[in-house]
Amino acid sequence: MCTLKGLLLAGLAAAAASFALPALAEGGDPDHYGFGTTPSPEELSRFFAIPPDGAGLPPGKGSHGEGEKVFAESCAACHGEKLEGIAKPQYLGDKLIGGRGTLASAAPVKTVESYWPYATTLFDYVKRAMPFNAPGSLTDDQVYSVVAYILGEANIIPKTETIDAHSLPQVRMPNRDGFFRDPRPELELYR
Amino acid sequence: MAEPDLLAGYDEETRPIIAGMIAAEQRALAARKAALEDCECREGMFPNPGRRRVLVAAGSAVAAAMLGGAGAAWAQAKAPAGAVLREVPADPTKEQGAPIAEDGGYGSRSQFETATRWRPNIPATTPFSSWTMSPLDQSYGVVTPSGLHFERHHNGIATIDPARHFLFIHGMVERPKKYSMADLKRFPSASRMHFIECAGNTLTEWKQPTLKTVQGTHGLLSTSEWTGVPFATLAREVGLQPGAAWVLAEGSDAAVMTRSIPLDKLLTDGLIAYGQNGEAIRPEQGYPLRLILPGWQGNMHIKWLRRLEVSDKPYMTREETSKYTDLMGNGKARQFTFVMDAKSVITFPSGEMKLPGPGFYEVTGLAWSGHGRVARVEVSTDAGKSWSLAALQEPVQPICTTRFRFPWFWDGQPAVLQSRCVDETGYIQPTLKELVAIRGLAGPFGSIYHFNAIQSWAVAADGSVSNVHA
Repeated sequence: MCTLKGLLLAGLAAAAASFALPALAEGGDPDHYGFGTTPSPEELSRFFAIPPDGAGLPPGKGSHGEGEKVFAESCAACHGEKLEGIAKPQYLGDKLIGGRGTLASAAPVKTVESYWPYATTLFDYVKRAMPFNAPGSLTDDQVYSVVAYILGEANIIPKTETIDAHSLPQVRMPNRDGFFRDPRPELELYR
Repeated sequence: MAEPDLLAGYDEETRPIIAGMIAAEQRALAARKAALEDCECREGMFPNPGRRRVLVAAGSAVAAAMLGGAGAAWAQAKAPAGAVLREVPADPTKEQGAPIAEDGGYGSRSQFETATRWRPNIPATTPFSSWTMSPLDQSYGVVTPSGLHFERHHNGIATIDPARHFLFIHGMVERPKKYSMADLKRFPSASRMHFIECAGNTLTEWKQPTLKTVQGTHGLLSTSEWTGVPFATLAREVGLQPGAAWVLAEGSDAAVMTRSIPLDKLLTDGLIAYGQNGEAIRPEQGYPLRLILPGWQGNMHIKWLRRLEVSDKPYMTREETSKYTDLMGNGKARQFTFVMDAKSVITFPSGEMKLPGPGFYEVTGLAWSGHGRVARVEVSTDAGKSWSLAALQEPVQPICTTRFRFPWFWDGQPAVLQSRCVDETGYIQPTLKELVAIRGLAGPFGSIYHFNAIQSWAVAADGSVSNVHA
């Protein structure tokens, strides 16, 4: 006879099976579902994210002189001929240099020179997302060059210095120690 | 253009952004005002330009003339975004309605509903790096319709074929994996209601009341039901290596947006989401895949998610160093300010509305906390001198907006309405004075993020409602 108890037991068994069976069906590993595939090294090699120690920086190098040409061609329309920043329709780019000594004032000017703590971030971001209208279109040498140009114009490195995977992580940015971890909760609110 | 004094004291980076938001709000208000010309509803509580079309249908000479004559009116009139324009019969019980399913199978909203997101004016932002504000003043309950969910984009809205989209998980893992959308949908799924709030929500309001409407002041907040795979499930699949502590999340938009995220957050409640409010995530919300980090600032909820790289340290990406950091008055900046603290706002009555006269009103709004559930919401009608408990809409869900309601009999005298949220940790939403005392006003583009002070709306004797600091 079909009893309520019988139905309930069948339902419980089905519920339990729903956790275990898919994994077992994939090849006997009860702890993993096993979906997806193993990516090839080639698939993973197109990704990058450059941390402060420079891990993953590509081969190549760049100079201030080459960077000046790249900047004029690909960057100046939005960031200005003198890296001063532009605010007009379709050409909206951050000011890139200047502003040192202003961060504690009533009118802080946040630029690569005054605010960015790591030079590796500049390389990562330019390679990743610039130029704004053609992201990812610069060669690695062009990215190294434009980084050398910006850092040189910011008087952070000599304009004679070549930037590559070895030298970039060693660049000491002026605001390297300008950040601290979120201190919240704000104790002032618990008085 | 903005009144000059509203921009006083801001630096050159901030000024065009705030000016652009002021201009956009003014444009939206002007459009609403124009639509309300010759409409008996303009003194009403819920000004709705859509009602003009009722008059058109009823044969109003003035309105018909505005549309170029009765005969041509419907051909020329434009339906509000998301609506289909239909002729309105004088008596819907005397004519057949619209045929069924002629919309192709995906519905539209009423042609009388006009709530839309708006974007700051150019040149404050480009059409590709910008944001839109959600119309909270016209919201009900806690869910934001997907088409009204606020947006923030760093280089446009990516168009992605889900058949060609993959999620890679690699780095400090035992078994790197590549998942298709179909693979991800095979895993046990979870659905959760969560708000997302931009770190910059309410950033215009530090120094003085600046934007006029709650859409302007608080519109970078929205709530959806998100469906996807818990990160913890995928972590077990790939096998985390000893020392793993951070994860880089990367989008496949033109900004190739990246943020470093502490592993413990992802293991606690990180969700790899493909569903929003019962359907696939909208393109502007990250179709086909988005990272959900409940309660954390919006820019970390990486849209168009294509990979997660496990690491032992943060990558110090542009967004987590130069952009979403809080510069304090001493010249040092807070970094990794992830959680959005408890906050609330009254959505009715709110700025630019007008109460028609003394009598009963239901004061209502939204409260939320990145730390968990809303424990209680208090409402003041006397600028914070006294507080009363508001009713909370059930269910109160963790890290989700909670609708509150408060019955109020307005005596016709000037009043200042406020709400404050207390979350389940016991944190009390601060006053503006308290918040400014901690963060300061010295860093105009530094301490603008993570604003969560109590909002004040003044009700004047004539019933008009305005944004004030009280």
